Amino acid sequence: MITQFIKSREALLLLAIAIVIALVSTRFPDFAAPANAANIFNDTSILIMLALGQMVVILTRCIDLSVASNLALSGMVVALINSIVPGLPVPILLIIAISLGMIMGACNGILVWKLDIPPIVVTLGTLTIFRGIIFLISNGEWINAHEMSASFKAFPRFELLGLPVLSWMAVLTVIVFAIIVIRTPLGRAFYAVGGNPHAAVYTGIDVGFTRFMAFVIAGGVSGLCGYLWVSRYAVAYVDIAGGFELEVIAACVIGGISIAGGIGSVGGAVLGALFLGIIKNALPVINISPFWQLAISGSAIIIAVAVNARSESKKGRVILKKAEQTT
Amino acid sequence: MLVNTKQPETSGTQSDADTQSGLGRAVLSLSGISKEFPGVKALNNVSLNLYAGQVTALIGENGAGKSTIVKILTGIYQPNGGTISVNGAEINFPNAHAASAAGVTAIHQETVLFDDLTVAENIFIGHAPRGRFGLIDTVRMRADAEALLTRVGADISPTARLRDLGIANKHLVAISRALSIDAQVVVMDEPTAALSHKEIGELYALVERLKAEGKAILFISHKFDEVFRIADRYTVFRDGEMAGEGIMQDVKEDDLIQMMVGRTVDQIFPKIDVELGETVLTVAGYSHPTEFEDIGFSLKKGEILGFYGLVGAGRSEFMQSLFGITKPSKGAMRIDGEIAIVRSPAEAIEKGLVYVPEDRGKQGAVIGLPIFQNITLPSLDKTSRKGFLQLAEEFKLAREYTERLDLRAAALDQDIGNLSGGNQQKVVIAKWLATQPRVIILDEPTKGIDIGSKAAVHEFMGELASNGLAVIMVSSELPEILGMADRVIVMREGRLAGEFDRDTMSAEALVRAAAGIGEVAA
Repeated sequence: MITQFIKSREALLLLAIAIVIALVSTRFPDFAAPANAANIFNDTSILIMLALGQMVVILTRCIDLSVASNLALSGMVVALINSIVPGLPVPILLIIAISLGMIMGACNGILVWKLDIPPIVVTLGTLTIFRGIIFLISNGEWINAHEMSASFKAFPRFELLGLPVLSWMAVLTVIVFAIIVIRTPLGRAFYAVGGNPHAAVYTGIDVGFTRFMAFVIAGGVSGLCGYLWVSRYAVAYVDIAGGFELEVIAACVIGGISIAGGIGSVGGAVLGALFLGIIKNALPVINISPFWQLAISGSAIIIAVAVNARSESKKGRVILKKAEQTT
Repeated sequence: MLVNTKQPETSGTQSDADTQSGLGRAVLSLSGISKEFPGVKALNNVSLNLYAGQVTALIGENGAGKSTIVKILTGIYQPNGGTISVNGAEINFPNAHAASAAGVTAIHQETVLFDDLTVAENIFIGHAPRGRFGLIDTVRMRADAEALLTRVGADISPTARLRDLGIANKHLVAISRALSIDAQVVVMDEPTAALSHKEIGELYALVERLKAEGKAILFISHKFDEVFRIADRYTVFRDGEMAGEGIMQDVKEDDLIQMMVGRTVDQIFPKIDVELGETVLTVAGYSHPTEFEDIGFSLKKGEILGFYGLVGAGRSEFMQSLFGITKPSKGAMRIDGEIAIVRSPAEAIEKGLVYVPEDRGKQGAVIGLPIFQNITLPSLDKTSRKGFLQLAEEFKLAREYTERLDLRAAALDQDIGNLSGGNQQKVVIAKWLATQPRVIILDEPTKGIDIGSKAAVHEFMGELASNGLAVIMVSSELPEILGMADRVIVMREGRLAGEFDRDTMSAEALVRAAAGIGEVAA
C-alpha cells in the first residue's frame, strides 16, 4: 500500500507542493503558518470545487468548457434575485444557484447524449451562449456590493470552527465527490465509460446517460460556485471568472486526470487545484511578477502531461502486443 | 531486425518449386518463414513463391496465418526466421517502405487510402512528381494519374475526392497506385469481399491485365469458385504451417478442402456429455436491413450450440442484436417460452442473457480499472446496498469467480492491463458468470490466447453446460467447433447455411456450407 502510494501521481504532486512551500518559506517564514495556509485554502476553494466537477466530466472522456460561464450566469441570477427580493434566505438562493447550474449542465449533457455532438463543440457553444444570456438579463450593468443584502455577502465569510463557510463548502464538496466516485455505481460508470466505452456498452452501462449525469453534476457545482464567487467578491457583471475554465482544466491535468478519460482521482484533482492556488499566492509574497504565474502554471501543465504520457506509454506497448496476438 | 536463420533445405524447396513450374525463378520467394508472438506461433516454417505473370492463390482457414504472411511481405512484421528473396537475391524488409521499394505492394481488405484526398493524390502520395523548388508538380501528377487510370480501365477523374467513389473504384485507385510505384508483386487480400457481382467481374478483368503485364500476383480468398477461376497456382496454410502447394490444374476442390481442414487432433477437447434440459431460448425470423436475414434457432439447457461461418458472415452482428446492441428489424425471441423484448444490453443481462465479445481489448476489459472492478461492473446492483457500493461484497464476488476460473493474479486490485491475454479473457468471462446468466454467448472465446488458456476456457465451457447453462459459441476455429459443440449452425452472407448435429457434423461439411459449395458437390 505504502509503496503504491509513493509511486502514485498524488505523492509526486504532494512532493512538488512541499518543495514550493519550503522554497517560499525560506524567504517568508510565515507562509506555511496555519493562518496563511487557511487563507490559501480559502482562496483556492472555488477552484477545487470546479476541478472536481470537471474531473467527472473528463473521466467520461468528455470536457466542459462552459463551467466558468455557467458560474457567471448562476451568480448573476442569484445576485439579481437578491437585489430584487433582499429578504429571500440564503439557503433558497443556494438551491436556486445549484438547480440553475444543473439545468445548464443538463443542456450540455443532452446535446452530447442525444445529438452525439462532440463535447468540446457543445460546451464551446454554450460557453458563449451563457455569457450572452448574462448580458441580456443584466443589460450589461454591474450589480455592486450596496445592491446586495448583508446576509448574501456574509454567508461565505461566516467563520465556523476557525474556517470560513467557503472553505467548508469545498471540504463538503470533496467528501461528496469522494463518495460519488468511489462508492456509487454511477461513479464506477464514469471510469468504465471513459476507460473503454465499448466495453461499458457490453456491460449494460448506458454511455450517453452516464455522460449526461457527469455534465449535470459539473453544472450543479458551477452553479454553487456562482453564488459563492459573486457573494465573496460582492460584485456581479458579465465577465466574472472569464477564462477560469482553463485554470480548472489545468488543475485537473496537473492532478493527473487523463484527458483520454478513465483515469483520475479526487485526491489528484484537489492537489492539482491546490498546486495552482499555492503558486498563485506564493509569487506575490516573494516579489515575483504575477505574469510569471502564467508561465509557471503553463510549465506545470506540460510537465504533468509529459509525466502522464510516460506512464501511459508503458501501457501502450502492452496493447500493441495484444493487437498483434489477435491478428 | 530480421534474423536470417539459414536452413539447408531452403534452397531445395526453391529449386523444387522451380522445376515444378518450369517457368524459371520466382520473382518473390519466402522460405522457412516463422513468426512468433508472445504465446502464439503464428507461422512455422512456411514458404511462398510468386511468379511473374501468374496468380498464386493463398488459401487457409481464419487464423491459418494468411494475414501474418501478408504483413511480413509488406514489411509490417519482421519474421523470427527464414529468408525473403526478390529475383533470387536475399533481402530484408525492415519496414513498409523497404518492401514497397523492392516492388511489393498490397491491396487490402479494407482499402488503406485517404478519403479526403483526391484520386491523383492518393495514387502518388509519398512519391509525387516534383517540380521546381521540390514542390509537387500537380499538373504532371494529374496527367500521370489519368494515364494510369486509363491503363486499368477506370473511368474516374483524377481530381475526384476518394470519399465519393464506390468500393470497386477505390480498388481501382489502389491498383493504379500499385502500378505507379512499378510494383512487381501485387498482394490482393480478399479483394472481392466487399464487391458486387458486376464489380467482381471487373476485378477479374483487371487481374488478367496485371498478369499480362507480367506482375506476380498473390490472391488471398476464401471463395473456391474464384480461386479456381483466377489462380494459376495455390499455396495452402493450416494453423500457421504449410499444408500444400502446387498448380491449380492438378488439384480438385476436395483436395484443397482436405488440405485446409485435415489435421491431426492434438488438442483434447473435454467435451462432457450432458443431459439436455428444456428449451431455454427460442429465436425466430431475426432480420436486420443490412447484416442478416431470417435467423432462427432454439437452445436447450446444457447445450453448446456452435455458430460457424467465414469472417463477415454476420454471426457477431446477429449475436449483438440478441444482446440488444443493435435493433433487429423483424423477429422474436422467447426465453423460457415467454416473449423477451431486449432493447439494451442492460435488459438482456437482466433477462439472463449475456454476451462475451470477441475483441476483449476493445469490447471486454476496461484497462485502468482493477480486476475486481472489471468483474463487478455488470453486477453493481448486486454488490451495492441502498445505492452505495460495498467494496467487501465486490471483493467476495470477484474472488469467488476468479477462483472458479483459476485466474492467476497477484492481487485482485491490480490493473487488468497488467494481465496476459489469456488471463484477461478469464476476467472477462468471470465478469459475465458473476451475473449468473441462463444463456451465455461466447464470441470467439479462444481467439489469440495461448494453448494452455485455451484448454482452460474449453474445460470451463463444458462445466458451464453441465451446470445447466445454455451456451452459444461463435467460433471460426473448426477443431473448437467440432470438439465442443452439440449442434452447429452455419451462417453464410447473413443467412442460415446449414445445421448439423454431432452425427452429421464434419470438417468438410462445415467448410462446404460456410463457403457455399455444398450444392455444387452434393
